[in-house]
Amino acid sequence: MEFFFEQLINGLAVGGIYALIALGYTMVYGVMRLINFAHGDLFTIGSYLGMTILATYAVTAYLGPFVGVLVLIVMVMALVGIIGVILERVAYRPVRQADRLSAVVSALGASIFFSNLVMLIWGPRFRVYPEDILPRITLNILGLDVPLLRILVLVTSLILMGILYFFVQKTRTGTAIRAVAIDHGAARLMGINVNRIISMVFLIGPALGGAAGVMVGLYYGQVNFTMGWSYGLKAFIAAVLGGIGNIPGAMLGGLLLGVIEAMGAAFISTAWKDGIAFIILILILIFRPTGLLGERVADKV
Amino acid sequence: MLLTVKDLFVNYGNVEALHGINLEVDEGEIVAILGANGAGKSTTLMTISGLVSPKKGKIFYKDIEISKLQGHEVVKYGIAQVPEGRRVFATLTVQENLNLGAFIIRDKDKIQKTLEWIFELFPRMKERREQLAGTLSGGEQQMLAIARGLMANPRILLLDEPSLGLAPILVKSIFETIRQINESGVTVLLVEQNARAALKLADRGYVMEVGKIVLEDRSEKLLKNPEVSKAYLGG
Ligand SMILES: Nc1ncnc2c1ncn2[C@@H]1O[C@H](COP(=O)(O)OP(=O)(O)O)[C@@H](O)[C@H]1O
Ligand SMILES: [Mg+2]
Repeated sequence: MEFFFEQLINGLAVGGIYALIALGYTMVYGVMRLINFAHGDLFTIGSYLGMTILATYAVTAYLGPFVGVLVLIVMVMALVGIIGVILERVAYRPVRQADRLSAVVSALGASIFFSNLVMLIWGPRFRVYPEDILPRITLNILGLDVPLLRILVLVTSLILMGILYFFVQKTRTGTAIRAVAIDHGAARLMGINVNRIISMVFLIGPALGGAAGVMVGLYYGQVNFTMGWSYGLKAFIAAVLGGIGNIPGAMLGGLLLGVIEAMGAAFISTAWKDGIAFIILILILIFRPTGLLGERVADKV
Repeated sequence: MLLTVKDLFVNYGNVEALHGINLEVDEGEIVAILGANGAGKSTTLMTISGLVSPKKGKIFYKDIEISKLQGHEVVKYGIAQVPEGRRVFATLTVQENLNLGAFIIRDKDKIQKTLEWIFELFPRMKERREQLAGTLSGGEQQMLAIARGLMANPRILLLDEPSLGLAPILVKSIFETIRQINESGVTVLLVEQNARAALKLADRGYVMEVGKIVLEDRSEKLLKNPEVSKAYLGG
């Protein structure tokens, strides 16, 4: 039984990371009906930026491990968010009125550009995060052995999701984001600047992806320029699982995928771990293409 | 004049949809635009609202030219539109839809006041404020769309076929509501296919045919005009 709960926490921690990345896919899809193929690469950039900032500026040496990592995450979120905004301006805005294929080609091009850029700057080999930034201790909670790092990753992603949820559901700008996701034209009639909202989504989504990148770096201790591929794909599957375009759906889909993978690895076979995500994708596409929370209300009009 | 449209040409790609439209709306009026499907009525309203850019011609609010503004800026000048097909935000609540209607207004007290007036006008909306807009009936969605437009405190309200797809009894009540809105001081530019009802309500009317205005007159006169009668009033 302990093993089960330990795996559950493990799955939730990884799932929280999937969820953070999935939010970027789903928010961009929501307002633009576009899969931002470069999103996984923005996550990778976040991870590398975290590594470089840690190695160069030793934020944790001055501020202590916890505040230091918090500052690091915020810095990386800001930087990756800005890259996201620039990406939209340069690669997506010019082709917004064009046909769908142009946008897809532009997205693929952006992805190739970023992964090559990362390889050029940081090299093609695995790089390691500075060691022991956070104490590698294991806590005993209610009889369960849980690494502190795992708890921190889970708590951080839950807090970020909570903030996002509050922002999107309760604030004026958040409501405007949801309105733009439903109907650009009607949103403009309300006086909403759709371009500004899209920029904002390209700030928030990549920022969350950047935070996930730092956490993966700290959690696993190493980074590689292809990591955006596997995490991006898993997170995309999580977004589809929850219902692409649906923000709570991405959160649920990410956490669920993490848990299913962890359980699959623990109780079926570790060799199957990566296959599970694809099996889920296929099942969802067959049985519930709208995802778990997609299309809550049928449009009566 | 509150609103003036001067020699307006609009293209969709290479196809010209409006070939030189002129129209005026004076403060306090209800003005109707009539015409068959595809005549260019919605295009006219969308161009006034800034969602479609004119190829040629100008639009003025009082004496301010608004035809170069972007879509989200026009509503700030006091011109709100209730678009064809209602286009309420289906997965948002009634209250959230109303809040979005007041998106451009920062004064919380003013929003609250308008909201109270809206709830007097449409008591249904108050009962349903927490309900998702997509779960409302067609008539209720139309009320919500109008209410949402009024939340911007417009000087002029553009209404695009508010009676479309509604049962006759609801049509009557929607037209009655439009009269009340106008009596409270909001100027109305009303696009309708339901020509008789629209002309009974309006002070003046314009008749559009394939991107042109072919007739304009006071409503009483249009109602008696044999050609209008034949084409739009069913004999
Ligand atoms: N978004 C659009 N793209 C291309 N053509 C359009 C578009 N909207 C309308 N049209 C065309 O412009 C003409 C006028 O349409 P519209 O303004 O919707 O007329 P109405 O509201 O009077 O029915 C029609 O021929 C219609 O097919
Ligand atoms: Mg129309």
